[in-house]
Amino acid sequence: MAETKMAETLNGDSDQPLLTAEGLGKSYGHLMACRDVSFALYPGEVLAIVGESGSGKSTLLQLLSAQLTPSAGSVSYRMRDGVMRDLAALGEAERRFLFRTDWGYVHQDPAMGLRMAVSAGANVGERLMAVGWNHYGRIRDTASSWLERVEIDTGRIDDAPRTYSGGMRQRLQIARNLVTEPRLVFMDEPTGGLDVSVQARLLDLMRNLVSELGLAAIVVTHDLAVARLLSHRVMVMKGGRVIETGLTDQVLDDPCEPYTQLLVSSILPA
Amino acid sequence: MTAMIDINNAQKSFVMHLQGGIELPVVRGVSFHVEPGECVVLAGPSGAGKSSILKMIFGNYRCDSGRIGIRHQGTQIDLAKAEPRQILSVRRATIGYVSQFLRAVPRVATIDVVAEPLIANGVARAEAREKSGQLLRRLNIPERLWALPPSTFSGGEQQRVNIARGFISDLPILLLDEPTASLDAANRAVVVELVDSKKRQGVAMVAIVHDDEIRHLIADRIVDVTSFAAAA
Repeated sequence: MAETKMAETLNGDSDQPLLTAEGLGKSYGHLMACRDVSFALYPGEVLAIVGESGSGKSTLLQLLSAQLTPSAGSVSYRMRDGVMRDLAALGEAERRFLFRTDWGYVHQDPAMGLRMAVSAGANVGERLMAVGWNHYGRIRDTASSWLERVEIDTGRIDDAPRTYSGGMRQRLQIARNLVTEPRLVFMDEPTGGLDVSVQARLLDLMRNLVSELGLAAIVVTHDLAVARLLSHRVMVMKGGRVIETGLTDQVLDDPCEPYTQLLVSSILPA
Repeated sequence: MTAMIDINNAQKSFVMHLQGGIELPVVRGVSFHVEPGECVVLAGPSGAGKSSILKMIFGNYRCDSGRIGIRHQGTQIDLAKAEPRQILSVRRATIGYVSQFLRAVPRVATIDVVAEPLIANGVARAEAREKSGQLLRRLNIPERLWALPPSTFSGGEQQRVNIARGFISDLPILLLDEPTASLDAANRAVVVELVDSKKRQGVAMVAIVHDDEIRHLIADRIVDVTSFAAAA
């Protein structure tokens, strides 16, 4: 079934964009953190935003996920009824629906996206309760099956994430986000604070989940290897602008802009 | 037009911004076509641009100018101007590519590395793995290795995994970059058989092969890349 869902997303009804940005910009006084960003994201598509610290990629992610109000331009999102809506014009209830159900947001630091003192099961179950689930047994079963999917021993379901390792916390955060079957997931440096061996496992897991669920995702990363592994398309940012964009392997194997060439040539061989 | 691939006057150069912006011409005036069931072998010395041409046909390298016509789901698409989404769709449904080296995801078992292109096209996992096993067996990768990631394999074994991954799908175009380079005689013979059966299915192929004997066995036509050499 998972395979069918993916094939549908890839081949079927994906002619309509899920999210579009037009002339998007954000300034803090004189400082332009991000300017003139336009693109369209389609269902099932994974877009990586790469660039060094201060390039504006995190600001852009916050603009796209309606956590910051743009100084210029707009972001539109196709709601589940198929209508494209300007995020700035959404009512509070609609915004809450997006955050609780239709979107996921994976923070670099899992402590930002989890409640560290309540059990893992409750962390996952909370998102279900927020959308109206009230049967304790069903919530627990669903939480438990999600822990399995992210390779967490279900024997740890009653433990709080503060007792978990960094890699486990990040996998729990992913389970918490995906349990409501969102259509779009934002990820901010999802493998940032992790050991290399833990990173590989997490990347493999995310890659499979994204393709099995037919998720669209926007991933901010400074790690080009993460972009190559996870994304279909990449946008390279520098000084608040998108300086190069295209198919991920094309941009990484045949970079055109001086800065992209510098980024690609700066990767240390393993 | 019945051609699966129809390249017209394609040109490619690299501008090396980190080396003072020198322009490195790669190829120009690349024009040839490939019909269904035909294997065209690109010939020419190392550095003549053979691999670059394959990468241009796969959409991995951009074209400066010219046209890369690909027959995709009944229509012709110019890959030199296609959107990323279209290129991905062409790769899923039309063009397979066996690169020179396997770029595998860490931790993924060999049998799944090979099965992945089928699963991406909606084939059920069990069926895809079954077909993956058949190909691995045919390419003499012992079954005890299938559950391991290929990163620990020898060069020749990795290349056979790569070939299995490239040949598993029934795509109408297949690009082969040195598929037999580090294989022994028995495995080279298997690759020749695999290429033959693709031809019988009407697959259009472009290959780079340095081994004269293999080239003889698989080439229907040879295109000399030196005529496209851009270096003046």
